[in-house]
Amino acid sequence: MPGNRPVLVGEDAAPPAAARLMPVADAAPALAPGQAHHLTARVAARAESPASPGTVRLRPARSGNRRGKALLRLISPVAVLGLWQLVSGLGLVSSQRLPPPTQVWSTAVSLVTTASPAYGTLQGALLVSLERAATGFAVGATVAMVLAIAAGLSSIGENTVDPLLQMVRTLPLFGLIPLFIVWFGIGEGPKIILIAIGTAVPLYLNAYAGIRNVDPKLGELARVLHLSRRELLTQIVLPGAMPQILVGLRQSLGVAWLALVVAEQVNTGAGLGFMISQATQFLRSDVIIVALLVYCVLGLLTDGLVRVLERRALSWRRSFVAA
Amino acid sequence: MASQLRGSVTVRSSSAVRVRGLSRSFGQNQILSDLDLDISPGEFVALIGRSGSGKSTLLRALAGLDRDVTGELAVDGAVAIAFQEPRLVPWKRVSDNVRLGLRISDAQARAAEALTELGLTDRAQAWPLTLSGGEAQRASLARALVREPSLLLLDEPFSALDALTRIAMHRLVLSLWENHRPAVLLVTHDVDEALSLADRVLVLTSGRISYSCQVSAGRPRDRNRPDLSALRTRLLTELGVDMEGKI
Repeated sequence: MPGNRPVLVGEDAAPPAAARLMPVADAAPALAPGQAHHLTARVAARAESPASPGTVRLRPARSGNRRGKALLRLISPVAVLGLWQLVSGLGLVSSQRLPPPTQVWSTAVSLVTTASPAYGTLQGALLVSLERAATGFAVGATVAMVLAIAAGLSSIGENTVDPLLQMVRTLPLFGLIPLFIVWFGIGEGPKIILIAIGTAVPLYLNAYAGIRNVDPKLGELARVLHLSRRELLTQIVLPGAMPQILVGLRQSLGVAWLALVVAEQVNTGAGLGFMISQATQFLRSDVIIVALLVYCVLGLLTDGLVRVLERRALSWRRSFVAA
Repeated sequence: MASQLRGSVTVRSSSAVRVRGLSRSFGQNQILSDLDLDISPGEFVALIGRSGSGKSTLLRALAGLDRDVTGELAVDGAVAIAFQEPRLVPWKRVSDNVRLGLRISDAQARAAEALTELGLTDRAQAWPLTLSGGEAQRASLARALVREPSLLLLDEPFSALDALTRIAMHRLVLSLWENHRPAVLLVTHDVDEALSLADRVLVLTSGRISYSCQVSAGRPRDRNRPDLSALRTRLLTELGVDMEGKI
């Protein structure tokens, strides 16, 4: 993988929890992005302590503890929030265009507590959107994995499946919407299909590449150990492709949310996208902002989920770096 | 496993390995040509040869990894192999590597037993990438032994180890062999290694066994014994190395 940055530690240093052999973009720890720095600092401090002349100094331990840095990182978001409040609170920008954060908050609360005839409730809309995204994602991910295994493990599969998927990859996803409306009407079908295609393509491409990159020597080992085809798949091929599959999973979740947002704003009667298009008609930018924030939270949550998966599934690689 | 390859009839015999007229070519290159080989049950055989002589090809054929060989090849019982590199599955802990593909009810216990025998009890739950070279090779041997093979194939398994670890591994392999008594075929390019371990040393030249000799000295062997020295000189000559210094 390009961009690997193994973290070297002294022999006496404790295995840093954040150190893993992964692209730098993936190497951010699950909790706060700032955590990596603290861990590096801790390792550096340990490496220094024996004070032997041969010790390699990694990075001087900076003063300031974990909490201090976390506070530091809060400064810019809080400043932006304050500025926002100031600008719209003082009337520099009309609050209809940019409602202040306080108003966004109270709108969010009232959307949750009261069902308005125009929007319904926020949680109702969220549930509809979640169901759409989950259905589309499940269909897309299943198809992608089946196709990737077929293409990755047999040459017939490779020659029949891969060219097709490479073609689908070049299709402009959102350009399909008009065609889908003509074909499937404006029900749930076209939305779910759009999300499924958006999910399937990146997951397929990564899973297929991952399966192809599994060390052929391990395939030989499987033959020597008389592993069944099923064992070969579950014990060797899929775990071997897992790092790449997880990269694909992350990409496809990103596309899934994006496809959801786009699909939902076309001819929908329910969901977060419907809420946004209703709010557009009533010029309620506060409602639009609330819905957008909900999308953000959903994206963050699924990303966190993949990170948890990564930490569990790839712990064997972290130990390599720590050793 | 008595596998029958193209052509002739497999004859059940008392040998652990019986090979007749084995040939294999890659394109124009004839790697094995009409090779015959017998290994008795429990016999320790070393196979030496220059690189490209077909050692690995023969080993892969015996392991059932090469389906394009022609001739007769019969192996009586289970075959296990330890590869040149330990080839542990990196995402399985050591004990899970050892019992991978093992279809017996007490696989877990048997794996633990094998690891104990190889001095790896405390590494059973380690990830393979954290093992040292010697530990990884021992884990690979444990994985081979736990299958109770009647034929154990060793493909230069010590070549990547440092000299001290290699000596320890030689002793370990001998004691394992004495305890389990599989027939062993050790492929190596190290004449001394062959002489210190094997009952019989074979030289492979251009796809055929060109020379074979018994090593009758008891173990452990002193490599400076005059009969072993004479054998070494002879084997090196067979390998095409002139002791006067020309190569």
